[in-house]
Amino acid sequence: MRNIWAICKRELLAFFVSPIAYFVITGFTLLVGFFFFNHLSYFAQMVEMSAMISLRGRELPNLNQTVIEGVYHTMVVILVFLIPLLTMRTIAEEKKKGTFELLITSPVSVSQIVLGKFLSIAIVLIIMLSVNLIFPALLVKYGNPEILPILSGFLGLVLCSLGFASIGMAVSSFTENQVVAGVISMVTLLLLYVIQAPAESLGGTAAEVFRYLSPVDQLQDLLRGIITLKSIMYFVSLIVVGLFLSQRALEAYRWR
Amino acid sequence: MIEVRGLSKSYGDYQAVEDISFTAGKGEIVGFLGPNGAGKTTTIRMLATYLPPTAGTASVAGYNVVTQADEVRKRIGYLPENPPLYGEMKVIEYLKFIAAIKGVARSRIAARVEEVMEQCFVADVKNKLCHHLSRGYRQRVGLAQAIMNDPEVIILDEPTSGLDPKQIIEIRKLIKSLGERHTVLLSTHILPEVSMVCDKVVIVNRGRVVVEGPLSQISRDRSLEQVFLESVSQDGSIVAAA
Repeated sequence: MRNIWAICKRELLAFFVSPIAYFVITGFTLLVGFFFFNHLSYFAQMVEMSAMISLRGRELPNLNQTVIEGVYHTMVVILVFLIPLLTMRTIAEEKKKGTFELLITSPVSVSQIVLGKFLSIAIVLIIMLSVNLIFPALLVKYGNPEILPILSGFLGLVLCSLGFASIGMAVSSFTENQVVAGVISMVTLLLLYVIQAPAESLGGTAAEVFRYLSPVDQLQDLLRGIITLKSIMYFVSLIVVGLFLSQRALEAYRWR
Repeated sequence: MIEVRGLSKSYGDYQAVEDISFTAGKGEIVGFLGPNGAGKTTTIRMLATYLPPTAGTASVAGYNVVTQADEVRKRIGYLPENPPLYGEMKVIEYLKFIAAIKGVARSRIAARVEEVMEQCFVADVKNKLCHHLSRGYRQRVGLAQAIMNDPEVIILDEPTSGLDPKQIIEIRKLIKSLGERHTVLLSTHILPEVSMVCDKVVIVNRGRVVVEGPLSQISRDRSLEQVFLESVSQDGSIVAAA
């Protein structure tokens, strides 16, 4: 435990001494703010329209569905591109600079290295996502959205970003080159993001499998305020698979 | 303390180290010599549990480097060829991190870091980022890292490269004093350094041990330089210039 924390602390120091963390967090917030504004003005337009024409029997625009769900969905897309930038250096850089040799020959296990690093990325991501709670908070202050979907959706985003980060880290453990790690992670996450696309035309069990693998589909319930064991398990397995692959890759790295 | 028996390492067809055997006793400083590409770094990496050998066994501080690697890691200090520093950390932060992962007791960390910084003459740069250090300082911070947990066995891969003459003298003094209580394996290709510091010499060439023995015995009737040049030129790879 002590070793995990020591490694995590060092990683956090690296994130916040170098400009990486600030740039990623600022960039993310800027993008989310932009999309928040767009969704909000679209919502305002819809409200205006429904006031002009009487929409008897039709649903009124819903703040949660239009704005919050919309923004959360956009956040997932941004995460697909931003998380690789956070994770690509984690292990690839250590190998390149020779500090990996130091870690391996110290009395720290590979699992502790992996967990320490993952914990640091998790902390950065949770800070980044929490900063962006300001947008739903504005809605709560000036409107009356349902709180539960905001929170469960946030939980979904945290889980999803941790899953993405653990995959990014696994990719970073397989190479010495940061750019290669970044590109491969981005491609992998993008593929995962669109994996349910062929489900429609395939049908049957294959469709089920593809839908199950899709983080977007798994997030759906959480964004609506329904916390299901199935989706939680999905994201937890994503995290575990990523961590396991990282651990294996680092063990294997010595046995070249 | 260090016992190497028939150690080999190959990368595909390339045989980097072939059937190396030697020993280093407690409190001995062993000079590990050889021309570039002789397999020094590969051997050292195997002893430091970084690389697994393809054949043979080695034990460090009484533990097998493959099957009991965790125990070995607790008992060695290792300075690789390129000091493994984190550029974005201050020297003192870096050394505290090292102390933590090497299991120095939490309450002892601050005092131990100060002590080691004094010993390795890096106290004056403790608030500088590792990234900004000169080669000599990097080397000394690397050395400070290696002796942090007061290990039984210290493995140094060319610790004096890149240092100025005054620093070289200081570091040699330090290594000599470390040798009183620790076993030190010192890889180098500076021959006078070996004559000054070491008790024992192991010379490798093309992945094999060509000379092993106490310094006093080896350099009794010839200079170390002659021994070295002769031993590495036996197969014509180096022609004795002297």
